[in-house]
Order: sequence, then C-alpha cells, then structure tokens
Amino acid sequence: MVPLNYFLILAAILFSIGVIGFVMKRNVITMFMSIELMLNSVNLTFVAFSRYIQNLSGQIFVFFVMVIAAAEAAVGLAIIVALYRNRESLNVDEADRMKL
Amino acid sequence: MFNQYFQPNDILIIYPELLLALFAMGVMIIDLFLDRAWKVLNAFTALVGIAYAAYALYRLKSNALNLSGYNHAILNDSFAIYFQFVFLIATALVILISARYLSIEGENRGDYYALILLSLIGMNFMVMGIDLITLYIALELMAVSEYILVGYLRTNRQSNEAAMKFFLLGAFSSGILLYGISLLYGISGSTDLRVIAQRLAERPSHDPIALVAVVTLTAGLLFKIGGVPFHQWLPDAYEGAPSTITTFISVAPKAASFALILRIFIVGLKPLETSWVPVLSVVCVLTMTLGNITAISQSNIKRLLAYSSIAHAGYLLLGLIAGNEYGITGIAIYFLVYAFMNIGIWTLVVAMRRKDLIGDQIQDMAGMIYKNPGAAVLMLVFLLSLAGIPPTAGFIGKYYLFASVIQTHHYVLAVIAVLNAAISLYYYFRVVVVMFMSEKTDEEKMTLSPGVLTSLAVTLVFTLLIGIYPEPFIRFAQNSLSLFQ
Amino acid sequence: MMTFDQILFYALAVIAVLSAIMVITRRNPVHSALFLITTLFCVAGIYLQLHAEFLAAVQVIVYVGGIMVLFLFVIMLVNLETLSQERRFNRQWHIAILVSVVLLVEFGTIIWRGKAALQLPANQPLMDTLTTNNSEQLGVVLYQQYMLPFEIASFLLLVAIIGAVILAKRRLSSDGK
Repeated sequence: MVPLNYFLILAAILFSIGVIGFVMKRNVITMFMSIELMLNSVNLTFVAFSRYIQNLSGQIFVFFVMVIAAAEAAVGLAIIVALYRNRESLNVDEADRMKL
Repeated sequence: MFNQYFQPNDILIIYPELLLALFAMGVMIIDLFLDRAWKVLNAFTALVGIAYAAYALYRLKSNALNLSGYNHAILNDSFAIYFQFVFLIATALVILISARYLSIEGENRGDYYALILLSLIGMNFMVMGIDLITLYIALELMAVSEYILVGYLRTNRQSNEAAMKFFLLGAFSSGILLYGISLLYGISGSTDLRVIAQRLAERPSHDPIALVAVVTLTAGLLFKIGGVPFHQWLPDAYEGAPSTITTFISVAPKAASFALILRIFIVGLKPLETSWVPVLSVVCVLTMTLGNITAISQSNIKRLLAYSSIAHAGYLLLGLIAGNEYGITGIAIYFLVYAFMNIGIWTLVVAMRRKDLIGDQIQDMAGMIYKNPGAAVLMLVFLLSLAGIPPTAGFIGKYYLFASVIQTHHYVLAVIAVLNAAISLYYYFRVVVVMFMSEKTDEEKMTLSPGVLTSLAVTLVFTLLIGIYPEPFIRFAQNSLSLFQ
Repeated sequence: MMTFDQILFYALAVIAVLSAIMVITRRNPVHSALFLITTLFCVAGIYLQLHAEFLAAVQVIVYVGGIMVLFLFVIMLVNLETLSQERRFNRQWHIAILVSVVLLVEFGTIIWRGKAALQLPANQPLMDTLTTNNSEQLGVVLYQQYMLPFEIASFLLLVAIIGAVILAKRRLSSDGK
C-alpha cells in the first residue's frame, strides 16, 4: 500500500501550485481555476487522512467542500458575467452618444 | 422512529434560525405582489422577522443554558446567544437605513433583504457551531451572501469590481483556511473542537505539523477580519459596495468572524497557545499601526473608515491574546458598542448620498455645521466614540481590551495600543475640523428618511448610554464567558 | 520492487502535477480549463485508490460535469481579452512567500521524519467495512451525525441560486418603468 506521506506531499504540491497560480495570474477565470486546484488538494488531504485513520468525517467534509465549490462557482461566475456585461453595455452607450 | 436522525429538542434550539429562514423566503414571495411604490414594505417584513427571531432567542435564553443539539454539532450557550443578539441588533439597524438608499439607487427588491436574513442565519450558526464542518459551511453561507450583496448594484461598475475582488480573495482565503482544517483533522481524527483540544493536548508541544495547521488556519481567519497582512481587499470592498452593505459587513460579519476565531482558538487550539500567541501579537501590532497610519492620508470618508475598521480589528485582537475573562468580556462589549457607533457613523455617510452626489469625499462634509447642525453634532459623538474618549461608549470597550493585556503582563502591546489610539485621534479630528471650521461648498441638505432618523436616534442613545451607565451592558456582555466552560 | 498500487499512484500523481502546472502556465483559459479537468480526473483516480468510491464518482459528476462545464460556458460567453488586460490586483508576493515557506516546513518534516512526524490518533476499532460499502456508510454518517450541516448546505444553495439570478440576469423587475 502507498504510505500516507505520499498522498500528503502530492496534496501539498497541488496546493502550492494553486497558490502560485492565484498570485501570479491576472486573468480572473484562471485565478478562479487556481482556487479550484487548492480546494482539490484540500479534498485529497481529507480523503487520505480519512482512509488512514479510518474515520469517515473527512469524506463528509469533502462532500461539503464540493457543495461549497459548486455554490461559489455559480456566484463567482455570475459576478464575472455581470462585470463583463456592464462594461459591454457601457461601451454600447458611448457608441450611441457618438451617433447622436 | 427518527431518533437516530434528530431529537425533538434540536428543532427548538434552531427555532430563531428557522423563523429567519421563513421570513427570508416570505420577503421574496411578498415582493412579487408589491408595486414599485410599496417596496418599502419588504423592509418591514424583514424587520418583523428579526423581531420575532429576537423574541424566540430571548425565550431560549431564559429557558435553559448550554443547549447542545444535532449530535453535538452546535452548542447554543450564552456566548452564542449574546453574539446572536448583537447580529440581530446590527442587522435591524442596517435594514432601517436600506429602504431609502435602495430606492435612490433604483434596486429596491425583496431579494436584498432575503440575502441579508440568510447571511444572518449563517452568522448565527457560526457562533453556535462547535464542529468544524458546521462552522465552515456556516461561514460560507455568510460569505457567499456577502459577495452577492457587495455586487448588488449590478449596473454600477465599482460595485461589480468590489464584488469580484472580495469574492476572489474570500474564496482564496477559504482555501487556505480549509487546508489548516484538513491538517487539524488529520492530527486529531475529529472535527469536534472539544475532541481536537483533547487530542492536541496529548501531542508533544513543539509539533511542526500542528504549527503548520495553526499558521494556515490563522492566515485564513485573518482574511475574514481584515488583519494585516491580509487586509488589502477591505478598503476596496468597503468603498465599492453599496453603502448600506458596507455598514452591514463592517459590523455583523466581522463580529461573527471574531466569535468564530474565539471559539476555534480558545476552545479548540488552547493546547497550542504557545505557538499562536506570538504570531497573533505580531499581527495585532501590525494591524493597529498600519490601519491607523494609512487612515491619516485618506481623502475618501469610506476609505478612512475602512482603515479605521482595520485598526479596530487590531485592538480586538488584544482581547484574544490576553485570552482571560477581561479580554473576552472586552471583545464582547466592544462589538456591542461597535455595532452602535459604527452603524451610526455609516448611517450618516449613507444619508449624504443624494441623487446626484455620492457624498463620500471628506471635502463634501465641509461646513456641515451650518447646513445640518444636528448631523454634524451626531458625527462628532460617533467620532469621539470611535476614538475612545469618555463619556462615550467607545471608551468602555477600549478600557476592557487594554486592561486585559495589562493583566496578562503584555505591557509592550498595551503601550503600542495606547499610542495607536493617540494616532487615531489625529484623523478623526481632521474630519471634525472640516465639518466645523470650513466654509460650506454647496447648499445640498441631507435627505433623512424616517428609517435613517430612527437608526440615528437608537445608535446615538446607546452610544451615550453605554458610556455613561455601562454596568447592565457589561453584565450582559459577561454572558459570553460561558466560552470557557 | 514496486507494486501495481504504487505504479498506479505514481502515474496518476505525475499526470496530476504536470497538468496542474499547465493550468497556471497556459495563456488560453480554455486550455487551462481542459488541463484542470485532467487533474480532476487523476484526483478522482486517487480517491478510488483510497477506497472513497462515492467521492470519486461525485468528483467526476459534480466537478468535471458541472463546475468545469460552467467555467467553459462562461469562458465562451465572456470575451476574456478585455478582462485580462486590466491589472486589478497588486501582485501579492508576501502571501506567496509566506505560504511557500509554510509548505516547505511541512514538506521537510513529512519527508525527513517520515511517518513518525504525523503521529496519527490511535485507530478506533476498525470498521474495515469502510472499504466495502462506502456509499452506504457515508450516507449513514451524513444523515445522522452531520444532519445540520446538510440542512445549512440547502440554504447555501438557495443563496447561490438567488445570487446567480440577480447578478447575471439581463433585466430585473426593478429595471423597467
């Protein structure tokens, strides 16, 4: 069987990639994807611990993290759409004014 | 037959939250049947819900203490009940000032109040929870509602950007917080804070993994209260959000996050005290100093108050570092006081919003004493209270917090805190000088709706009353000491 | 000599890390999203190795099938060129440095001291049934021990629905005259 340490190190590597991505990237969608990477590494840590200490609470936690990730994705992407649409409509207004 | 799922008792414990949920959905349904002119009724519905929930909470408080429910997922002790009262008061005051503001902005809909009530439910569970899963999901319920509310003015570019920034940094900090929680779960094998404390006590004191867990957990939580170095989101979110929502998030969610921090650190991480007290002391000094020094150079009143609120988070950390009865009472009384004085001052900022004038520059307040003498005097009282000058309520809060660190012999911290309080006098008085000494630049008067007037009257009375006659309020705040049991 | 289990783990781990690096280095967000999906699949595979069958299934259905599809929709809906040109954030180096230092400490101790550093809590009398009937076990714990968080989650989803509607919908009742 693969030792617990390996899973934890894999999770830590994925987590730091997520953090670095969040800090370095400027594109909001990619920043958001980096956050998803971080959440995944957290989930991996939970599942690994849950298996090795034989306690199901960790898997339940993962279940809730997924629910939250889905809710955050819906809200976050809606904010991105609102930001984008607002800018688009602003441009349209300017164009109208120029015609007049 | 359902005994293994839940007990009849469980429903009683969360009765106030069930009422709030009912009214949150009710306000959205009623909204469908209201004409534009009657949208103000939504605010009434929400207020009735809050009053009803407060009554239910009062009944719960007088019936029994330390109610534990849902398989020990929540513990509705007097600490939790105290903070729930603070949230209910703060939310009610915010709803009072919202109706007029929303109709000026042209976004007067029922879902605004529904979101506020739902985020209130999240905060209530945050102070009741004793299990990390419950605490985390309650925190997210509060946070997700806040992201939406900050971006509520969806045709306003600034509000969109504030929501974007708040959301990204909030989600990022949740990720870091979760990583800490996952390690804590790994080394203790449980999500119950009391079990975690037991298991941590059995481990060697200098434990690198536990240290990593504490540091990530602290970093994630500091984001939520705007502690340095995780404070950058705060001024932008405060400036861009609708002013009423800024009023809301500067008080209630901050109190909820602080209560969560108290519960996690005092109950769960007590055995690791030697590793988190030094970290928090450094953060506390940085937060106070940076908040106050940056506030000096602000010309926008919203940003000035945002930095002042960062500094206040620093003062509040003093109580946690002391971690004794004085400190916890101090934090509790400070949030009650903060709810009144901060909502008072933000209400005045909201009232300065007129149809064509945003009114958020300090210069817009020039000569306020000639235009609106009443408002100028009120502003003076709230500013004095924020600065912590007797006989206002702010003095009582600061007194308890500063005394708590002296009791635990953190003299350096106490001296730095007092120096910071002195620095803060400078920028609070700069506002006073503009209001009282400058010539007025325009003739625009404030628009004071009945809701705003009520809110101002309540906040003024309590800001002075707590300062002059603090005993009953301190006794009320000492309810929070059940945290130590 | 490596067992099949180990070979599988290494393969999944290497692919997961490599595609995670691709996620944060690609310029085109569609490519990033596709690499993220690869990472998510690999993590689902690792869940299977850890006998979390239910979560592996949920990972594929909810994360890949739901969340990532939502991402791709938004990427196609929104012209990202305009969004990415702007600098909305200061680069927060101090956070990156802090987190990297913390993680390094952790790597160091886990690798250096091996399993001893972890000192897992004493095993409870083991339900090795945990490995045989994962979904059933999970359901029982979820509905008995974690009933309340489950109920709060329903509020969270309600908030998400309200938020998505009011933020992304084109016209609301308050807009018109």
